[in-house]
Amino acid sequence: MTPVAERPTTRDAVAAVLPELGGHARVCANGFISRWVCALGDDEANFYMIGSMGLASSIGLGIAAARPEVPVAVIDGDGNVLMNLGSLAMTAVMAPARFRHVVLDNGVYASTGNQPTISASVKLEEIARAAGYRKVARVGRVAEIAPALRAQLVEPGPTLLLVETQPESGPPAPRIPYAPPEMTARVSRAVARLAARAGKDAR
Amino acid sequence: MEKGSLSGVELADALRARGFDFFTGVPCSLVASLIVALEPHGYVAETREDAALGLAAGAALAGRRPVVVMQNSGFGVSLNAIGSLQDIYALPCLLVITWRGHEGKDAPEHLVMGEAMPAILDAMKIPWRALGADAAAAEADAQWARARLDEKAGPVALVVKPGVLA
Repeated sequence: MTPVAERPTTRDAVAAVLPELGGHARVCANGFISRWVCALGDDEANFYMIGSMGLASSIGLGIAAARPEVPVAVIDGDGNVLMNLGSLAMTAVMAPARFRHVVLDNGVYASTGNQPTISASVKLEEIARAAGYRKVARVGRVAEIAPALRAQLVEPGPTLLLVETQPESGPPAPRIPYAPPEMTARVSRAVARLAARAGKDAR
Repeated sequence: MEKGSLSGVELADALRARGFDFFTGVPCSLVASLIVALEPHGYVAETREDAALGLAAGAALAGRRPVVVMQNSGFGVSLNAIGSLQDIYALPCLLVITWRGHEGKDAPEHLVMGEAMPAILDAMKIPWRALGADAAAAEADAQWARARLDEKAGPVALVVKPGVLA
């Protein structure tokens, strides 16, 4: 594992991940992950999950199950993944080919005050591999993120990239400014657009 | 446990006729025949009921009208997802929940939820009714569920008592 001080913060990891995930519906875990994605790259195709902790990957899988032609990325956290490990098995079994799972692993429940999770002792990407994800990788430096993600994006999914991060010391990103039904309307429109684009590409 | 006169196929057909088109859940013996009838229509056997609600939420974002089948034990597992996902995001979802512990006649593990479930459904302001015991009643129930979702997208429930489904 990369020494903590050499790892990107959640903010820096989000900034490195987002440019690689254009053209995807992006489901973002609750807490600071959603807030940083919104602050650094707000877009109608981003679903900011503000409650239902643990379910970001299930929501992404539901989009992929209903619209297999739409590329889906889940920007997840270690606390969320640990809360719903069954979702790794479900994703591997359903095996959506355009499903990308990115886990930002800071080892803490950041938005409740940095209480430790157990992720330092559990290799989440190896659980995904054992479950049947097609490709998994772990990186711990910001410069490694884009190349590792690009290498996965040319492979059939589901894939999982675990990014070791460090807890933030600066101020957190602002709260999500949208009312939840507004987010539903935005993401629904974006998924329909992505599906139409995928249909056009296929013809 | 006693069997009723409504077949799983009749209930599945009634739901599909009202536009429900994405099916997932976790089994209960009371709805075994419904799950068999939904399998040809893409039923996804989920690992937990709240994960099934996550899956249903994603499907709804992709334009589907989902049904989540579960035992009322799983309704207990699902409460946070129903409240902080389907409800606040106005995501349509029909819950088909079996009523284990109905009238106190069941195994001990079902009695607490069996007694509390109607009050929990009401407290969470989930529109619900008990599923009727024949095909005509089930068609009316499916129509009722669809009408509730058209009025206000979010969770709505049909509760399945013992002895209703064949």
